[in-house]
Amino acid sequence: MIFMRGDIHSKRGGRNERFSSAVSRTAFEDHRSWFTNMSLTEDNTMASSPRELTQNPLKKIWMPCKNGLPEKNICQRKVGMTNCPTLIVTVGLPARGKTYISKKLTRYLNWIGVHTKEFNVGQYRRKYMKIYKSFEFFRPDNEEGLKIRQQCALAALGDVRRYLTEEGGQVAVFDATNTTRERRETILRFTEQNGYKVFFVESVCEDPDVIAENIVQVKLCSPDYVDCNTEEAVDDFMKRIKCYENSYQPLDEVLDRELSFIKIMDVGRRYLVNRVLDHIQSRIVYYLMNIHITPRSIYLCRHGESELNLKGRIGGDSGLSVRGKEFAKCLGRFIQEQNISDLKVWTSQMKRTIQTAEALGLPYEQWKALNEIDAGVCEEMMYEEIQESYPSEFALRDQDKYRYRYPKGESYEDLVQRLEPVIMELERQENVMVICHQAVMRCLLAYFLDKSAEELPYLKCPLHTILKLTPVAYGCKVESISLNVEAVNTHRDRPENVNVQRTREDALKTLPAHL
Amino acid sequence: MRGSRSTQHLGVKVGMTNCPTLIVTVGLPARGKTYISKKLTRYLNWIGVHTKEFNVGQYRRKYMKIYKSFEFFRPDNEEGLKIRQQCALAALGDVRRYLTEEGGQVAVFDATNTTRERRETILRFTEQNGYKVFFVESVCEDPDVIAENIVQVKLCSPDYVDCNTEEAVDDFMKRIKCYENSYQPLDEVLDRELSFIKIMDVGRRYLVNRVLDHIQSRIVYYLMNIHITPRSIYLCRHGESELNLKGRIGGDSGLSVRGKEFAKCLGRFIQEQNISDLKVWTSQMKRTIQTAEALGLPYEQWKALNEIDAGVCEEMMYEEIQESYPSEFALRDQDKYRYRYPKGESYEDLVQRLEPVIMELERQENVMVICHQAVMRCLLAYFLDKSAEELPYLKCPLHTILKLTPVAYGCKVESISLNVEAVNTHRDRPEVRRRIFCTFLVFLL
Repeated sequence: MIFMRGDIHSKRGGRNERFSSAVSRTAFEDHRSWFTNMSLTEDNTMASSPRELTQNPLKKIWMPCKNGLPEKNICQRKVGMTNCPTLIVTVGLPARGKTYISKKLTRYLNWIGVHTKEFNVGQYRRKYMKIYKSFEFFRPDNEEGLKIRQQCALAALGDVRRYLTEEGGQVAVFDATNTTRERRETILRFTEQNGYKVFFVESVCEDPDVIAENIVQVKLCSPDYVDCNTEEAVDDFMKRIKCYENSYQPLDEVLDRELSFIKIMDVGRRYLVNRVLDHIQSRIVYYLMNIHITPRSIYLCRHGESELNLKGRIGGDSGLSVRGKEFAKCLGRFIQEQNISDLKVWTSQMKRTIQTAEALGLPYEQWKALNEIDAGVCEEMMYEEIQESYPSEFALRDQDKYRYRYPKGESYEDLVQRLEPVIMELERQENVMVICHQAVMRCLLAYFLDKSAEELPYLKCPLHTILKLTPVAYGCKVESISLNVEAVNTHRDRPENVNVQRTREDALKTLPAHL
Repeated sequence: MRGSRSTQHLGVKVGMTNCPTLIVTVGLPARGKTYISKKLTRYLNWIGVHTKEFNVGQYRRKYMKIYKSFEFFRPDNEEGLKIRQQCALAALGDVRRYLTEEGGQVAVFDATNTTRERRETILRFTEQNGYKVFFVESVCEDPDVIAENIVQVKLCSPDYVDCNTEEAVDDFMKRIKCYENSYQPLDEVLDRELSFIKIMDVGRRYLVNRVLDHIQSRIVYYLMNIHITPRSIYLCRHGESELNLKGRIGGDSGLSVRGKEFAKCLGRFIQEQNISDLKVWTSQMKRTIQTAEALGLPYEQWKALNEIDAGVCEEMMYEEIQESYPSEFALRDQDKYRYRYPKGESYEDLVQRLEPVIMELERQENVMVICHQAVMRCLLAYFLDKSAEELPYLKCPLHTILKLTPVAYGCKVESISLNVEAVNTHRDRPEVRRRIFCTFLVFLL
């Protein structure tokens, strides 16, 4: 039995039991547990001898063990390490960017390892109503409509409760207008009953251009307007907004001073932040204050083919091969042709990315954080050699490539933590080209394309190929541009047999060719 | 732009913006402006941004020599107003010298700056010189906070060195009154073109307007994470390790017998201290975790707290490094802060790695951090405002706890030795050793 102490004590009785059952599910293994050495004696005196430590073979984490077996949960520093789930509640008139913010925030939190899910009440309404007729549904005097909308909100909250309390979710984003104090009261009662923290995110904007652009980008293509032409849709939507305006009670500095919230004004020109309670709220505020909606593109690519690439060796700090240099030249020409305004170029501190950037004739910034994943003892080895010298490590890696940490090296999970400041700065910037490495590029791509931890380590990021990412609507458009310079393939798919006892042949089945 | 110019990203876009920033405080007396200025300056310097604060009150004290009473600050005191204006301009002159001639990146102009007129003067100054400007206003009407402020930092001010407490408090309250009538707080509408953060009620609420760039974004994030709740931070290293005993650096060994003894004593020490709601943090290396295990408290493992990666020199003795990599060894002694081990890290890298730890330490209250020598030096340098030159030589012996308690504008340090023997792992800068050796020689002769 594991004792929890202090602020970790949950107000709700069920949590501790749930931990014991959650332990066996690897997905939650790291995410919420505090690690304690409370003694088993009645009077809480300290144990007389400290517990032995064993190193988890996958993540190389030291944890206490009993009889050679690891003892329950281990606690690594993770964002949101509070056993108290958080409900984020959007507030604002239609077309103020609530869903944009909800989706983006959800994507960011999941990427940094916080289990987050968004619940869009509009979708519940569409599912229930099946057909959207007109703005009349939203008229404040439409009793039938009000009843249905209330039911949808409650249904969504029910799913929130299931996600946060039963499914191990850490953050839920409740995306709806929530424009009346009454509706917000309902939500507050709900969070109190369930022991959730609550943080409001309000978007206030009166700029008609921004609202118009918003409607064009995400409303015209909404299922609600699938049978309308542009004019009809815009007209109806503007009337829909009007339905909310009279009853809109924005979050107020005085009336709502006890609530935790951020009020975003004029698409980030100004912010009012009230009562940030904990780490995760602080990170959310920092993130929201760094994002913008100015159109721009992000170009991701790897360094040109390197000498070690040619030899089928991983890691190291080698220079470009002949073909790699050719790629760098082509990259320079490509950028000139693209005529990108005010392009920033970032590289890692490894020779191969810097050599690539040098060929562009542009200023560039070196980031240590963009260095390739550290393969520890396996640095500069070929996969065949890793199989030879560390067959069980090799198998463990195939079992859980995201969490696997090379001995004296890093894991993809470590990479994500290392890359978070890069992502934050990418959000602040406009046109940027990032020249990096395979594992690093996979992490960055997973952030922009909302890929899970399972998919991330297998994303295809071939050499000599640029991915141009352009934010559009609620997501990201990807263009893959090959510069037609030959290079080795460095992508190794997950083999079928990931068993530690597997044969050499099975282990190397998916190995790409090399010199 | 032809030709490439590369810059190292040290966590802040340093060289990439050749535009220095002037941070300007705004607020009535005793609202924490100097506290914020000094703390912000300390943080920015630690992360590698050359920052200096300019406190106009100090210019006034230097000019006036003696402070008589609050009458100096009366709004109808023409002489006083003239002198205060001159002091502000003198300070701005030094700001200009620092930012334009001495390579400073950020200057913090610490004064009340409570009138729009004064702020206009400053804005003209920054425009003339091509500086960015960011205002930091502190607004607070909580009488308890103001009273505590006066007790902590005003009573001991040079202005009140000859007064008793009652006289000092009385005079200072009248001084605040002198500013109140002409105070024009930053306004959401009137000042909408300015970049600023308005901190209300010691961080309960913030208004942030027009954050322009990376450094302003970092400043806002930092200011929103600090608090003034009293607490203590305990820093110590893991207990003595097996590799310590062998004189080897790095690695991931377990505790020696004495190290385990220290861990037990540490557990007893913590119990005796009776610290409310203590958080315990360790690295992900065996020796810190073993140490924490003996405490009987929940602890959190941070990879960011791992010891500096010595790359190819991992698990070597200094003698072996001298043998195999003599020029590396010499380079390290030439600039220990910036020197990066081959395939390893530098202290400079460590600071960047530790920044999220510092940010979370600012958010927390009572915390014990069980870490490593180089890591502890970095953290200590942040709290005690040590330069990059001093940092790698700070003394952080094994089996010694440093208890840091914020007080006034700085940090009180208590060094607590738990009286368990351990090897000394501190290596001084060689000139020092050479000097000591030469002095010894001279002494012999």
